[in-house]
Amino acid sequence: MSERIREKLAILADAAKYDVSCASSGSKRKNDNKGLGNTGSGICHTYTSDGRCVSLLKILLTNFCIYDCAYCVTRKSNDIQRTAFTVKEVVDLTISFYRRNYIEGLFLSSGIFKNADYTMERLVRVAKELRLEHKFNGYIHLKTIPGASDELMKEAGLYADRLSVNIEIPTESGLKLLAPDKDRKDMIKPMNFIKQEIIQNKNEIKLFKKAPLFVPAGQSSQMIIGATKETDKDIMYTANSLYKNFNLKRVYYSGYVPVSHDSRLPSFDSAVPMLRENRLYQADWLMRFYGFHVKELLNNETPHLDLDIDPKLSWALRNPNQFPIDINKADLQMILRIPGIGVQSAQKIVSARTFQRLNWENLKKLGVALNRAKYFITCNSADFERRNLSSMQIKQYILASSASKYLKSNSTQLQLF
Amino acid sequence: MTPSSFDSMTILIYDGTWYGLLCCIYDVYEYKLGPVSVSTKEQHQPDAFSNTQEVFTSAEHAKRVLKGLHTKLSPTGMAAIYSCYLSELPEMASVIIRYARLLFSSGISEKAYGNPDVLKVSQVAKMVSRERHRMKAFIRFRLTQDDIYYATIEPDFNVLPLIVSHFKNRYADQKWVIYDTKRGYGVFYDLHTTEEIQLDFTVDPDKPTDTNIFAENEEQYQTLWKDYFKHVSIDSRKNTALHVRHVPRRYWKHLTEKQV
Ligand code: SF4
Repeated sequence: MSERIREKLAILADAAKYDVSCASSGSKRKNDNKGLGNTGSGICHTYTSDGRCVSLLKILLTNFCIYDCAYCVTRKSNDIQRTAFTVKEVVDLTISFYRRNYIEGLFLSSGIFKNADYTMERLVRVAKELRLEHKFNGYIHLKTIPGASDELMKEAGLYADRLSVNIEIPTESGLKLLAPDKDRKDMIKPMNFIKQEIIQNKNEIKLFKKAPLFVPAGQSSQMIIGATKETDKDIMYTANSLYKNFNLKRVYYSGYVPVSHDSRLPSFDSAVPMLRENRLYQADWLMRFYGFHVKELLNNETPHLDLDIDPKLSWALRNPNQFPIDINKADLQMILRIPGIGVQSAQKIVSARTFQRLNWENLKKLGVALNRAKYFITCNSADFERRNLSSMQIKQYILASSASKYLKSNSTQLQLF
Repeated sequence: MTPSSFDSMTILIYDGTWYGLLCCIYDVYEYKLGPVSVSTKEQHQPDAFSNTQEVFTSAEHAKRVLKGLHTKLSPTGMAAIYSCYLSELPEMASVIIRYARLLFSSGISEKAYGNPDVLKVSQVAKMVSRERHRMKAFIRFRLTQDDIYYATIEPDFNVLPLIVSHFKNRYADQKWVIYDTKRGYGVFYDLHTTEEIQLDFTVDPDKPTDTNIFAENEEQYQTLWKDYFKHVSIDSRKNTALHVRHVPRRYWKHLTEKQV
């Protein structure tokens, strides 16, 4: 191993970092062949200086590419240094990093070298060698190459824990504009194929326990946010249809990082829309874990999420008729909708109230953010918010009470709720 | 043996072990004690007025208490008590005893978070669990010349017993040692079983002069990992506060990617 590997790693890690997905959970591969590794813990082994989880060795196999997608550093017309790993090099790096407890596994993606199948075949070979020759049971995520054959997709699914097909741009017109070589259909087709195979595999496993796993952690996708003029509604409706139609496990939202001077794109010095990205993730969580329908969060009257307050608070302020909620009586579904109460607190409330009626003190101890929740609830206390406040006033009070936090948050806040 | 009385507090002196603590609970019932507080032999400062009683550690008594707790607690609840013990926080021994008495005497549920001791147990267990999770993430092995993957840790709480099975399952085909330098003990896995060990540091593996104990290409992989770490950060998104919240500074010492 040498300087050459260092150089390749620098280039091919750099080019891969714009794909924000780093999840390593959702699969439960056991180490029952006395081999190396297992999955299921979803550990972040470290965090980047911008605070993102590092769980997988995320690299491109090569940054040679025959396509010219405007938003991508790897695009053909970009004047950058090009290189490629060999299959063996990727396998060796993965194993050596894994044994030192640096990573949960590998996330391998690639520029398109020669053609889709040629590239996909190499990605599959890496996964196959890891599984069969090294008895590697760690996490493998392969990004599929649009247009690759069904046979290769199927083989990929036998070795990978997760496959992803990136939808890239939230709207079809945006994709046409920025990636004229690409076609939405080439993304939808493999998503559908993977979905069907997963369903079939589940049935097989019901019949024979020993049937080989097919992408046990399911499929995911990513959209770039802010490269075109799409609304938050466009983005979340697309995400919603991906979840619904293809049973996706996760959709990732990646704020566009300027990589080129191109009149079709935001200017080179524009900031990465991090707060917007964060609000989209919050909306995504509300859809998946809090029982919200996408139409409640975004619609023609509200095509964008508020930037200054989170989408749950903003929904509550638009729906004052739903409040106040009695903490000691309301069902879990309603409690989840109260601003300032997360999933864990909501569950604790429901458990704790079977033993005693809860008051403000109890709620505080259970982790409820009272500065927000107090305007929306009543509990075991005569002392509740009696003033008939308008939504506007509540918003002002909440913003004032958490002023410092929200001011800071405009540039850096990345927490959920 | 000191006769118990309900108006004075008894101080139980135990040996600081998990079984010893369980025996404190046993003795509370055996001797029908009133309010108690607990202390280890080392911590205890005798004074003329308090009523002290020494607790004898018996595996049989400890197991009976465990069995009793089993009937009152879910597996999570059992793990929570053990985690509280491993927290080594000075007040937790007394909290655990009060908690056990609540469970046995008043039949309180482990989910009655309105009670301060119940809440405390769940909160401390959560803190310990957070560090346990962090250790699974932050341990960094270095390959030695004897083909053993070696890692040192200095956790706030004594979490090593809680992570052994994770590493044993994951690294079934490699020999490893995880060593807690703060508490002076470690665990060695020899491809079959794990055992507790104490190392005699005649050569300090972390002194630069002794680098020869590590395998030949160990340093190269460390360099590659550091390179990788540098290259995955996106500068235009830099957020140090968030970074430090996820990776608190006190853990940096043992993180390969944080060494220059
Ligand atoms: S095909 Fe992929 S790697 Fe190639 S330019 Fe487009 S987005 Fe970038």
